[in-house]
Parts: sequence; C-alpha cells; structure tokens
Amino acid sequence: MSSHIQIDTIHNISKDIRIKLLHMIYNAKSGHTGGSLSCVDILATLYFRILRYDSAHPDDPNRDRFILSKGHSVEAYYATLAEAGFLSDEELHSYGVFNTRLFGHPTIKIPGIEAASGALGHGLSIGLGMAIAAMRDNRESRVYVLMGDGEQAEGSIWEAAMAASHYHVSNLVAIIDNNKLQISGNVDDVMRISCLKKRWSAFGWNVIEVDGNNIQELIKTFEELQRNQEEPTLIIAHTIKGKGVSFMENNPAWHHKVPTEEELKTAISELESV
Amino acid sequence: MKPTKNLSCRHAFTQTLTEEAVRDNRVYAVTTDARGSVTLNDYANQLPDQFIELGIAEQNAAGVSAGLGLSGKNAFLCGPACFYSARNVEQIKNDIAYSNANVKIIGVSGGVSYGALGSTHHSLHDIALYRSIPNISIILPADFEETVLATRYLVQMDGPVYMRLGRSPVPDVYDGNTRQFIFGKANILKDGSDCTIVATGETVAYAVQAAELLTEKGFNTAVLDVHTIKPLDKETILAYAEKTKCMITVEEHSIYGGLGGAVSELLASHRPTPMRIIGFQDEFLPAGTSQELFSYAGITSEHIAKQTIDIIEKSK
Repeated sequence: MSSHIQIDTIHNISKDIRIKLLHMIYNAKSGHTGGSLSCVDILATLYFRILRYDSAHPDDPNRDRFILSKGHSVEAYYATLAEAGFLSDEELHSYGVFNTRLFGHPTIKIPGIEAASGALGHGLSIGLGMAIAAMRDNRESRVYVLMGDGEQAEGSIWEAAMAASHYHVSNLVAIIDNNKLQISGNVDDVMRISCLKKRWSAFGWNVIEVDGNNIQELIKTFEELQRNQEEPTLIIAHTIKGKGVSFMENNPAWHHKVPTEEELKTAISELESV
Repeated sequence: MKPTKNLSCRHAFTQTLTEEAVRDNRVYAVTTDARGSVTLNDYANQLPDQFIELGIAEQNAAGVSAGLGLSGKNAFLCGPACFYSARNVEQIKNDIAYSNANVKIIGVSGGVSYGALGSTHHSLHDIALYRSIPNISIILPADFEETVLATRYLVQMDGPVYMRLGRSPVPDVYDGNTRQFIFGKANILKDGSDCTIVATGETVAYAVQAAELLTEKGFNTAVLDVHTIKPLDKETILAYAEKTKCMITVEEHSIYGGLGGAVSELLASHRPTPMRIIGFQDEFLPAGTSQELFSYAGITSEHIAKQTIDIIEKSK
C-alpha cells in the first residue's frame, strides 16, 4: 500500500475503477453492475490507503488480507486489483472470453485473491480463520471482509459473528456494502435485516456506521480502527447501488443488467464529468 | 470378530496427531463441540494454541479451517462424518477444495458407527459426495496401525483430504511392524487367482476373514485394501481384474457411488468384469448396533465368502 495517497488521487482511482468495470461488463455482456458500482469507494480506500500489501510479493505472510464475500461484485474487484498492480489492464479485456483467468466470481487463480468466493455467507468464516492464524502467530496482519446486505440472511455469517467475538478477534474487520437492494428488490422486503447495528452489537461486535461512498469518511473510519481494538469491528457502509451513474442508481434492474453502447457512453461521460 | 487392541482408529488418529503437532506448530485441530467424540481432549489440553473449538457450527468451522489452511497452517477439521459430509459441504467444496486450502477433514464415527442413533447420524453417502468434488482425496484406513500411518502422511502432505474413521475398536489387519502407507496405492493383503475381494475401511478385516473361509473351501481369493479411494489405484485394480476375472467390493457405504461405484466405473471403461457390490442398500436403516447393521447389510465374512463363490461359479 502507499500509506499516504491523497484523497483526490483515491477519488480519481475510484472513477477509473468505475469506468473499467463498466467496460468489462459491456465487453463480456455479463456482470453485476449495480453492486460493483456501490462498493468501488470502499475497495479504492482499502487498496490505496489502508491495506498493507506488495503486489510484487502477494504471498508475503505479513500482508493484510481482503476477502470479497459478495463475490458477484467481481468486476469492481478485478478493476481494483488492476489499479493495484496485481493484474494488467490488458488482461481485464479478457473478461468474458473463453478460458480467461477472470471468472465471473473470484478464484485463487488471480494473484492477490485470497480465496474463491461467490456462494454467499462464506467470506467471514474464511477471514476469521485468517485473522486467528495472524493473532496466534503474533503478526500485525488485519483481515477485511466485504459482505453484501442481502447476504446477511445467510446463517453461516452469524456462526462466524459469534465465534469472532467469542475469541475477541480484534484484527478482523467486516464491512457491509449496505446498498439496500438485492436481485428481487428492497432487501428489507425480501428478508428484513433492519436493526443491523443492534444485531451485530448483540453478537459482541464493535459497530460503526459510515457513508460508504464518502472516501474521506471511509479513510477516517478505517484509520481510527488501526488503534487497538478489543473486539472485531463491523462497518455498516451505507452506499448507493449503481453509484456514479444517474440512471443506474437505486434501480434494482441494474443488479446484473448489461449497458447498451449508448448507455455505456452516457455512463462514462457522467463519470468523467464529475 | 474381536479387536486385538482396545483402541479405535479415532484414538490412533488423535494420538498420532498430538505427537506430530508437538513437533510441528503448523498443525491445528479444529472442532465443533466434538472433542470428546473425536478423542481430542488430551490434544486440546496439551496444545491449546493449536486447537480451536468453534461450537456446534459446522459451516463456520469449515470456513475457518480454510482460512487457517490459506494462512500457512495445516488444519485438521475433526468431527462426526455425518455432519462433515452434509451440513458444511458448500464450504468444503468452495472454501477448501476450490480454493485449494490445506485442510484435512477428519470424519469420525463414520458409516453406521452410531448404530441405533439412526440415519441422522449415519454417513453412508460421504464417499459418493467427496468423490464428486474435484481436488479432494479420500482415505479410509482399515485399522489402528493404518490410521497411524495415514495420519503421519497427512501431516506432511499439503492439500485437501477427507479421512473417515470409525467409532469402535476394530480387529487388526496389520501387525504393528507394518509396511508403509503409500497414498493412492492399494495394499495387496493376499494374492489369489479365483476372485478379488476389494475392501476399504473397517470392512477390510471381514474381507481377510472371508478369504480364509474361502481357502478352507478350496478357493484362492485375492484381497486388496483400498485405503485411498480417491485417487483410486487403477493399476492394481485392473491388474487383479485381469488376473482373477471377477471381483467383489465391500464397503460401509451406500451401494451407490462409493468404492463399488468407483471400481465398476473403472472396469466398465477399461476391462468389463463380472462384479458384486456389497454395502448398504438405498434405504434408511432399521434400528440396530453397528454390528447388527453390518450383518443386516451382509458385511460379514460368511456372506462375502458366499457371494464370492457365487460369482466365481457364474463367471466360469
């Protein structure tokens, strides 16, 4: 990581990631547009301000770990990994091409990706195992797991939540990309998950709410966590599904809709004009 | 049949794992309120820093084990085979096998070990299940000694494995100054020319006894201990199919998708050979002890011998 990349630079990286992911989805004619756009600012903040890693040595045992539990936001993840030096921009063009390394959900074939994901409710347990390993080895490594809000209906998340607080796994940070929509509509209409803060607090977690599309707020929140915590932390990141493209924002139709050529042009000009 | 040691394969596993874990701090044991069932109490007391209790939460335990394995640990996820072949299969498929995490899944009290506790506690589908997931091996040791050797092997190898162990002491097949355990290579326990009995896990002892009964009746039967079901020792099985012209498989598993399935798939493609599959029929079982259920399924030396004579005569 480059620990003091300025906010303006991270804003620009976020914009680049959004443009790249839209191109990937357009080229592949497949992808999870809305949920990729909602979590871009979280990914950019983590990869360019918070996580400690060296893309030339992705197996460094002292690195911080990141797990994309909401694996369907893979286009945002690949574009971020390209910005961070794990993938070439050229390889991003292979998305959707037969036999590409870039599957529609993360796999360990890509340097920098710690575990496969895509089936929901798995990432927190994997991250917990990594965080326990780091704790017991007395390493400084922290583990960050990004989950979806619809994903909160998975029972295995709550098994992991219970165990993380039981063992006071303070180097584990979970983030919910709380964009309030899932494939069938409003998250709370599909399965009510309201009172997330109360639920996670009741499981013994340190819970913080933040505007998940505000890079300045995200940096402040993550950097404050670098101080000693006694419990695992959950960050409820309030985001906008489809963030950055007016006609995609808060529209469940864009969960996995592919833009037309015209829509792509409009989307990119909107992003570039900001 | 009476066990010659009063200790089960799960004891062999935990004693060996404890010895190895003292020497190798990468070894971790993970369990789900099953330290008693697995016989992990001594391990947990002696090596608390290499032990993780996760409560009755098998999905999380498999994911946590994957995280450990992906962080340089050699994670042994230990608990009842019935739960570790059903409740957390998605975590095993994705987090362990697909992510190539260094996790050894140890399913204890496998098959019908739990007897009259009923089908919730039986694992007669586990081999079929694990066979169909890529990048995970399957081991069923035959006795105490083979479990010791298999466990030592698992400590030094890297990658996903499922090993199933039974609950109760079993008769010794090997004698203590045993041969090595060669992963993926069947042990030829007896050579023969009339038929080959191919067995795995705790049924191997019955196969050996059946061969002795057959010798008394004038038949010369080979016996193979297929301790590694995946990868299957195709070479030895095909060689014995050619040599003896018929085969019997024996396993504590459904007749679908287990050892019998693996052997018949192999023979159908490479050397069609008359064979019989001895195992559990496609049904939820009546109440009974594991011994009673073995008899019910025909996993007895007498029944194996009878089936062997029948197939030899029909194959002539």
